Amino acid sequence: MRVCVVGCGAVGSLFAAALAQLEEVEVWAYDRDEAHVAAIEAHGLRVTGAGELVGRLRATADPAELPPCDFGIVAVKSMITATAMAETAHAFRRGAVCSVQNGAGNEELIAEHVREVIRGTTFPAGHVAGPGHVVWDTKGDTHIGPFEPSPAPMEKVRALAEACTRGGMPTHALEDARGAQWRKLIFNAASNAIGALTGLTHGRIAEPPTRELAWAVMAEGRAVSDAQGIVLDASPEELFDFAARREVAYDHKPSMLQDVEVGRPTEIDFLNGAIVRFGEQHGIDAPLNRALTALVKGLERSRA
Amino acid sequence: MAIRRVCVVGGGVIGSLYAAHLARVAQVTVLTRRPEHARALVADGLRVSGKSNFTARVAATADAAELDGADLVILATKATDLEAVVAELAGRLAGATAMTIQNGLGAEEIVRAHGERPLVSAVTFMSGVRHSDSHVEYELDTETWLGPFADTTTFEHVQEIERLLRESGLKARAFPDLRPAQWSKLVFNATVNTVAALTDLPHVSAFARVSDPADLGLLVRDLMDEGKRVAAAVGVALHEDPWEMNVEAVRRGETEAAAGAYAHVPSMLDDVRSRRRTEVDFITGSLVREATRVGVSVPLHTAMYRLVRARESAYL
Repeated sequence: MRVCVVGCGAVGSLFAAALAQLEEVEVWAYDRDEAHVAAIEAHGLRVTGAGELVGRLRATADPAELPPCDFGIVAVKSMITATAMAETAHAFRRGAVCSVQNGAGNEELIAEHVREVIRGTTFPAGHVAGPGHVVWDTKGDTHIGPFEPSPAPMEKVRALAEACTRGGMPTHALEDARGAQWRKLIFNAASNAIGALTGLTHGRIAEPPTRELAWAVMAEGRAVSDAQGIVLDASPEELFDFAARREVAYDHKPSMLQDVEVGRPTEIDFLNGAIVRFGEQHGIDAPLNRALTALVKGLERSRA
Repeated sequence: MAIRRVCVVGGGVIGSLYAAHLARVAQVTVLTRRPEHARALVADGLRVSGKSNFTARVAATADAAELDGADLVILATKATDLEAVVAELAGRLAGATAMTIQNGLGAEEIVRAHGERPLVSAVTFMSGVRHSDSHVEYELDTETWLGPFADTTTFEHVQEIERLLRESGLKARAFPDLRPAQWSKLVFNATVNTVAALTDLPHVSAFARVSDPADLGLLVRDLMDEGKRVAAAVGVALHEDPWEMNVEAVRRGETEAAAGAYAHVPSMLDDVRSRRRTEVDFITGSLVREATRVGVSVPLHTAMYRLVRARESAYL
C-alpha cells in the first residue's frame, strides 16, 4: 500500500508517522515547506508528546516527484485544498483520497480532482515544533466513510482505517461518516468564531454571556444537519462542555483566534460559512452563523 | 431667559468642541475629571484646529464644588461616566437646564433621578481628535440635534439653545420631538459601533458593500432592519433611514480619505483598541432592552451585545 499525505503539518504528520510504522505501507509526504521536507528526508519525521515515534518516509515539495498512490490523506488547511489537489491529483488517478480536515466542504473540492473520495473527521491535535518535528498534544479517534456523491468503495475505506489504526491512529470505517463530521463542525463553528471575535479561550466562551450565543449557533448547525438527514454521532453541546473543563481545554485558544492574532487567513468558509451554504441548499436559514462569517471575514480584512 | 453662563461637563473631544465654540458667545466653565486637565485649560486656553481655527479662553475646574452657577449644563461625558458625575452635581447649579448628548438611550433618566431640572435631549454627529488637554481637532462639523425631554422644558427654550450653538459657530437644529432623530442615531450606532468593535475595521466602504453573500454590508443592513422593527414597535417614526446614513457616511469618508484623511474610527472601536469599557450597555443594550419591552425579537443585536461584552471581558 502506498499512501501520500498531502500537507504535512501537525495532523498530516501524525498520520504519516503512524502509517510509516507499518512494514507494508510506503508513505510519502507532500508539503510546501522545503526545510520541513529536507529534515524529514534526512532524519525521518519525529513525533513527541502524547506519543513518541519516528517515521521513515519520503517527503517532497515537488508534486511532480509523487508516484501513483493507493491512498491520499489530505491535511492542508481548508483554504488550500483546491490548490493542493490541483497539484497532486495525478498521483491519485487510481487512488482513494481521504480528507482529515476541519469543517465541511473539503470533500466536494477533492471530488473535483479525483473520483474516489473518503469523508473524514479527526480529533487528534498537535503543533509543528520545527522542521521534521511535530508535538502530539491530544489523542483522539478518526472517523472515515465514503463521500456519497463520489464514493470510494467501502473495502478501501476499511483498508485505510485498518492501516491507520494499526499504526497508532485509531480510525473507524463507517458507511455514513457525516454524523461525526457535523458533530465536530457544529462544535468548532461555535467555539472558533466566537473565540476569534472576542479573544476568549474555549472555557470562557462556554460561560455567559457567550454561552447562550454558542448554544444558539450550535442550534442552527443542528437544524442544517437535521435537514440533510444526518444523525449526529454524539452531542456537540456535550463536547463543548467537556472541552470547557479545566483539565481538558479551558485555557485553549481556538485555532481561529490564533489565526487572527497573527493575521493568517481563517477556515471560516469551511466552518460557519459551510453551515450557511449547506443550509441554503436545504432551505434552512442560519442567520447567526452568517453574521459570524461576515464578522470574521471583516476581522481577517483588518488584520491582513 | 438669555443664556450667559454655560458649564460643559467633560473635556473629551465633544465637550471640548462645545466649550471652545460656546466660549465665543458665553461665559464657559469646563468641569474636567483630572485637575491637571483643568489647569492646562486655564493656562493655555482651548485650541481648536481643523474645521475651525481659534483658541478660546475658558474657566475650568475638576472640583464640582467650585462651580458657581450656570444657565445651561452640557453633559458631555461618556454614557458610562454619567451617573457618577450627575451625582456630584446634585444640588448644584440650581435652575440650570441640563443637555444630554450621550450615545444610546437612558441618559435623561439618569439625570432626572438626581433631581428635577429642565432637560434637553441632544444627539450629535460631530467628531474630532484629541491632540492634548488643550487642543482638539474638529473633523466632522455635522449638526447637533436637540429637543425638549418629556415636558421638563419648552420647545422655545430649546430654540434658544439652538440659536446660541449657531452663534458660536456650531451647526444645530431644534426639534419639537427628538425621539425620531435619537432613534435613527441609536439604530445607526448600535450597528456601526459593534461591527467596527468586533472586526477592528474603521467605518469603511465594506460596511455598505452588499454584492457578495458574505459581504459585511449585508450584516449591517440586517442589524439595521432589526433596529427599525424595534423603533416601529416603540412607535417612533425614524427621522432618517440608518442604512442611508451608513451609505452616506461611508461615501463621505471615501471622499475625505481620497483627500488624505483617515477613515473614521467609531468610538466603540476606539474603546476596544484602548482596552476601555465600551458604551455597549447604553447603545446596543438599550436597544435590546426596548426590544424586549415591546416584544420584538432581535437575535442579531443580542448576539452583537454578547460578543462585545465578551470582547471587553477579555481585557477588562
